[in-house]
Amino acid sequence: MDGRKRGATRRAVVIGGLAGGLAATLWVVPARATPEQMRAAIRNVVGTATVRQGRVELDVPPVVENGNTVSLVVTVDSPMSATDYVKAIHVFNEKNPQPNVISAHLGPRAGKAKISTRFRLADTQTVTAIAEMSDGTFWSATAEVIVTIAACVEEF
Amino acid sequence: MARPLINVPAKVKRGQAFEIKTLISHVMETGYRYTTVGARIPRDIVTFFSCSYNGEEIFRADLSPAISANPFITFFTVATESGTLEFKWVGDNGFSEIATATIVVE
Repeated sequence: MDGRKRGATRRAVVIGGLAGGLAATLWVVPARATPEQMRAAIRNVVGTATVRQGRVELDVPPVVENGNTVSLVVTVDSPMSATDYVKAIHVFNEKNPQPNVISAHLGPRAGKAKISTRFRLADTQTVTAIAEMSDGTFWSATAEVIVTIAACVEEF
Repeated sequence: MARPLINVPAKVKRGQAFEIKTLISHVMETGYRYTTVGARIPRDIVTFFSCSYNGEEIFRADLSPAISANPFITFFTVATESGTLEFKWVGDNGFSEIATATIVVE
């Protein structure tokens, strides 16, 4: 019975470990945007309009080794005429510290509704691209990206 | 010092859409990183990019910390007249950079 008085018991270690794990989770979570925050950011852009799937092609690699530079190409199916064109392309993410990626504003002079850039991903997550058309409709596409080395929050 | 790189075709046919590629050297520090001693590294990013063709704006973009270091942006425009394309980047801490490219339309 002497063993119980000697330092930490197994129970104490298990409880301590659980508490520590919980504390770490609580501490980390606020640094990340959530899918709810992404939805709020999308609401901010589209207002009360409904966002339909289609007409947008979101080209991101399915698996990336390094989340610091992920190539992103968004192409929208549009005639790009003076009366029917893409006004803007917005890209959102779920789990970076904040939900916005880029908001690009085009016009009828673009000729082709296609943009590309390179962006960061802090975790494996879903990326959403939304196109705002000149007639006020919104179209979207989503893509899942698996990230093996995260960006944004690492120490250096 | 930020050094912009612009890639546009030297000659384009009138009415044809051509691709413009831009890149500027910039750290794009997110503001979400910490040093090993726990100090937060302040945000330093390019927040705005625009391109005008003979004085008329044809493209603009709002950037976020999610854009990679050395922001690379490509887009299209239709060739109308020969002239100049002016590119502008604006960012935190008074960052501002302008670059131009000439385009010949035949």
